[in-house]
Amino acid sequence: MPTIIVEVMPKAELLDPQGKAVTGALTRLGKSQFTGVRIGKRFELTVDGPVDDALLAEVKTLADDMLANTVIEDVISISVLDEGSR
Amino acid sequence: MRIGVVTFPGSLDDRDAQRAVRLAGAEPVALWHGDHDLNGVDALVLPGGFSYGDYLRCGAIAARSPIMNEVIDAANAGMPVLGICNGFQILVEAHLLPGGLIRNDHGDFVCRDQVLRVENTSTDWSNGFSEGQEIVIPLKNGEGGFIADQETLDRLEGDGRVVFRYVDVNPNGSLNNIAGISNERGNVVGLMPHPEHATEEGFGPDTSLAMRSGVDGLTFFTSAISALVSR
Repeated sequence: MPTIIVEVMPKAELLDPQGKAVTGALTRLGKSQFTGVRIGKRFELTVDGPVDDALLAEVKTLADDMLANTVIEDVISISVLDEGSR
Repeated sequence: MRIGVVTFPGSLDDRDAQRAVRLAGAEPVALWHGDHDLNGVDALVLPGGFSYGDYLRCGAIAARSPIMNEVIDAANAGMPVLGICNGFQILVEAHLLPGGLIRNDHGDFVCRDQVLRVENTSTDWSNGFSEGQEIVIPLKNGEGGFIADQETLDRLEGDGRVVFRYVDVNPNGSLNNIAGISNERGNVVGLMPHPEHATEEGFGPDTSLAMRSGVDGLTFFTSAISALVSR
């Protein structure tokens, strides 16, 4: 079955406390080459049927309306997973 | 006077909110998120808790539950609606209030008796306070940082829609120390602190008079009753 991937990230200008905590942990582990971590979300929507432009448009609406809150997050990408890759 | 309290899966403070309604002199009505029925109530409280385990985003899934269609219609028609903590998050996710609530800037859950300043006494949930009055209300949240873009913030400030502001301590990194806001009409109010936990002597925050004697939260509910009576 095809899978549509939606990726969401906290807005760049907002503090990402989760990312900040992981950055702190990396520093404590001596991994000082990593100066920042930001944590977002990846949704995998499994589809029963073919993926066409109409469905992708619906996913775009869904992503902006529900999967992300565009006040605090940005939808980074919407893509169709290549079935051969899993 | 009947005030409905909506229970969502994961609501924690619905019973406390019902009790607060009763202590204020109204009849609490338990409402269920899965119904399409407000049971003829005169006002609504969306209580605190962790609906749907805060999955997706705090309040995001609850904001799309069946009863929210009726809640949104009632709010837009002028019914007094109060969102407390998770209820505030639900109101924001339902676009009844602007802005967003994000994880506390210090990363920790915070639980404290919080001083608030009442900035607007014309809303349905704050008309019993005096302008600038300082009140003490318990606060307990992990994701209570209020944010909005500059334009929205300017509009909220300019229109006097910041109803409650944190005093002394900003417990979660909220912009402009904002603890609670209202819609334009003043019938919908959301705040992170929990007025329902400061409604009965013996169970509220400490005051200079006696331990646990703080009942500043009661005025939220009596305000709604006054607003309804004067209509």
